[in-house]
Amino acid sequence: MDELSALMHGFAVVLTPMNIALMFIGIILGVLIGVLPGLGGANGVAILLPLTFSMSPTSAIVMLSCIYWGALFGGAITSILFNIPGEPWSVATTFDGYPLAQKGKAGAALTAAFTSSFVGAFIAVVMITFLAPLVAKFALKFGAPEFFAVYLLTFCSFVGMGKGNPFKILSAMALGFALAAVGMDTVTGQLRLTFGSTELMRGFDFLIAVIGLFGIGEILLSMEEGLNFSGKSAKINPKVVWETWKELPRYWVTSLRSSVVGIWMGITPGGATPASFMSYGLAKKMSKDGAHFGTGQIEGVVAPETAAHAAGTSALLPMLALGIPGSPTAAVLLGGLLIWGLQPGPLLFVEQKDFVWGLIASMYLGNLVGLIVVLTTVPLFASILRIPFSIVAPVIIVICAIGAYTVHGAMLDIWLMLVFGVIGYVFKKLDYPLAPLVLALVLGDKAEDSFRQAMLVSQGELSIMWSNALVGSITTLALVMLCWPLISKALALIRSPKVNELAAQQPVD
Amino acid sequence: MAHESSAEEAEGAPLARTATVDAVVAVCLAALGGVVIYEAQRLGAGWTSDGPGAGYFPFYIGVILVICGVGVLLQALRARSSEGSDGEVFVDSVQLKRVLSVLLPSAVYVGVIMLLGIYVASAIFIALFMIILGKYPVVRSIAVGLGVNALFFVMFEVWFKVPLFKGEWHPLSFLGY
Repeated sequence: MDELSALMHGFAVVLTPMNIALMFIGIILGVLIGVLPGLGGANGVAILLPLTFSMSPTSAIVMLSCIYWGALFGGAITSILFNIPGEPWSVATTFDGYPLAQKGKAGAALTAAFTSSFVGAFIAVVMITFLAPLVAKFALKFGAPEFFAVYLLTFCSFVGMGKGNPFKILSAMALGFALAAVGMDTVTGQLRLTFGSTELMRGFDFLIAVIGLFGIGEILLSMEEGLNFSGKSAKINPKVVWETWKELPRYWVTSLRSSVVGIWMGITPGGATPASFMSYGLAKKMSKDGAHFGTGQIEGVVAPETAAHAAGTSALLPMLALGIPGSPTAAVLLGGLLIWGLQPGPLLFVEQKDFVWGLIASMYLGNLVGLIVVLTTVPLFASILRIPFSIVAPVIIVICAIGAYTVHGAMLDIWLMLVFGVIGYVFKKLDYPLAPLVLALVLGDKAEDSFRQAMLVSQGELSIMWSNALVGSITTLALVMLCWPLISKALALIRSPKVNELAAQQPVD
Repeated sequence: MAHESSAEEAEGAPLARTATVDAVVAVCLAALGGVVIYEAQRLGAGWTSDGPGAGYFPFYIGVILVICGVGVLLQALRARSSEGSDGEVFVDSVQLKRVLSVLLPSAVYVGVIMLLGIYVASAIFIALFMIILGKYPVVRSIAVGLGVNALFFVMFEVWFKVPLFKGEWHPLSFLGY
C-alpha cells in the first residue's frame, strides 16, 4: 500500500490554506470558462497558464487542474438550462437534460449531472492513484522505439476511434506535425521551414494555436448563428438535491458502466466526447427505461456526465506517467509542466514525488470542492449566460488576445492567434478534428526525436519497431487502429452493420 | 442545434457549398504538403553521416499531407458532382456578414494594439463593439470598456506582475507601469 501512504503525503502537501483558496478560485474560474461560449477547458487553461509562472509548481497545477474540473462541471449547466452544449462532451447531456428542464425539473437534472460527474471523476482518480505509479514504473524501462510506438498508438487511435473522415483526421494531424517542425531542429540545429523569417525561428507555440483554434474559432462560429439565448431558470435547494440523491443509487450499474467506458476512452486518446456518446448509447440500449430516453430521464443525464468526467480525468494518466497527453487540455497542462521545469514522464514519479502526489490528492479534493461550488452557485452562472453576446464576445476576444500575448510577450502571436481562429472556424465547419492537430503540435518534436533515436539505433531499419514483444505489440495495435476504418468497412460487408442513430449528433472533436 | 432563430433572420443567399470549400481546403493542405516535402528534400531527407537528416521526419509528414489532401479533394469533388446544386451550404451571405462583423474589427483591434497597447485598444474595442453591433447606449458601453480593462490592468500589472504590451505610443506611461 505504498500508494496510500504516498497519497496521504500528497494530501499533506496540498492542504495549505493557500492551495485550498487556489482550488476555489480555480473551480469558479473553470465553471465560468465552461459556461462562456468561446472559452473551454483547453484554451481557458492556456490563457491562465502565464498567471501561474510565479507560483510553485504544485500550487500552479492545483489551480490549473481545478480550472479543468470546473470547465467539466460547467459544460453541464449550459446543456441542461439552455440546450446549448458549452463543451463538445456535454452534447449528449442535452438529450435528456434539456427535456427535464422543460418539465421544470432543472434542479434535479443539474444535481444528477454534477453528482455523476463527481462519481465518474472519483472512480477515475482512484484508478489513477493505483495504476499511474505502475505504468510509470513499467515505462522506466522504455527506450526510444517503445516511446515512438506509444506516440504512434496515440495518434493512430485518433483515426481508429475518432468519428469522421480518416483522411481529415490524418491531415489535421500531419498539419500539426508540420507546424511543430517549424523552427530550430532539436538534433542538428538546422533551421527548418522558416523560409528566412527570423520571427518563425521560434516556431509555432501550441498555446497560441489552442487559444486561436478553440477561442476565436468558437466565437466566429457562435456569431454565425446570431446568438439569442433563451434558457430555463433553475433553483437548486437542499430538498431537490436530497430527493435526487435518494434516486441516484438506483442507477449504480449505469454509473459503473459509464465510468469504465470513460476511463478507457480517456486513457486511450478517444476523449470525453466519444465517451459520453458511447455511454449514453449503451445506457439507452441496456436500461429498462431505454425507450423513454430523450424525454427527460435522469439516467440519460447520469450516463454521459459520468463518462465525460471519467474520461476527462483519466486523460491525465498517460500525461503524468508517460508524458503523452490524452486530450488537448492535458496537453496544455503538460506544456505547463515543461514551463515550470518539470519533465513529464515516468521519472516524474521518482524525482518529483511531492508534485505528483500533490496533484493526485488535489484531484480528489478539487472534485469535491467542485461539486460543492456548482451545487451552490448554479443561479449565478446561469445569470452570466444571460449577458448579451455583444458584450461577452468582445470581452472574450480581448481575453484571448491577452492570453496569446502573455505566452511569449510577442505581438506576432496575437496575429497568429487570429489566423488560427480562422483556421479553427473553417476546420470546425468542414469537420476536421482539432484535437489531433493540437496534440501533434505539442508532441511533434518529441515524437520526432524518439523516431530518429530509434532509427539511429537500428541504422534506418523499420524492423526495430518489432524488435521485442512489447514494442512489437504496441506498434501492431497502432497499425490496426490506423487501418480500423478499412477493417470496420470490411467487417460490415460480412455482417450486417449496426445502426448508430446518435452518430449524426456527435460533434467531431 | 437549439438556437431559436427569430422570424426576421431570413436565410441569406448561399455563397459557397461545403463540398466546394472542402475541395479548396484540401488543395491548400496538399500544396502545403508539397512545400514541406520540397523543404525537407532541401534540408536532407535521407541518411546523413551522423544519422537521419533534419528533413527525414518532415518528409513523411509532407507525404501524408499530400496523400490526405488528394483523398479529401477526390471525395469532395465526387460529392460536388453527385449533389449538384442542392449540396449543403457552407456559408450564406447573412452568416458571412455576421462572421466578418467580428473578424474584421478584431483584425483592426490587433493592429491598434501595436500602437496604443492592449489596455487602451481593448477598452476602445469593447466600447465600439457594444455601440455599433450591440446598439447599447454610448455611456454604458464606455463604462463597460473602461471597467473591464481597469480590472485587467490591476490583475496583470499589480497582482500577478505580468506586464502586457503598452504599444508604440505608450499612452498609459503616466501610470508608471
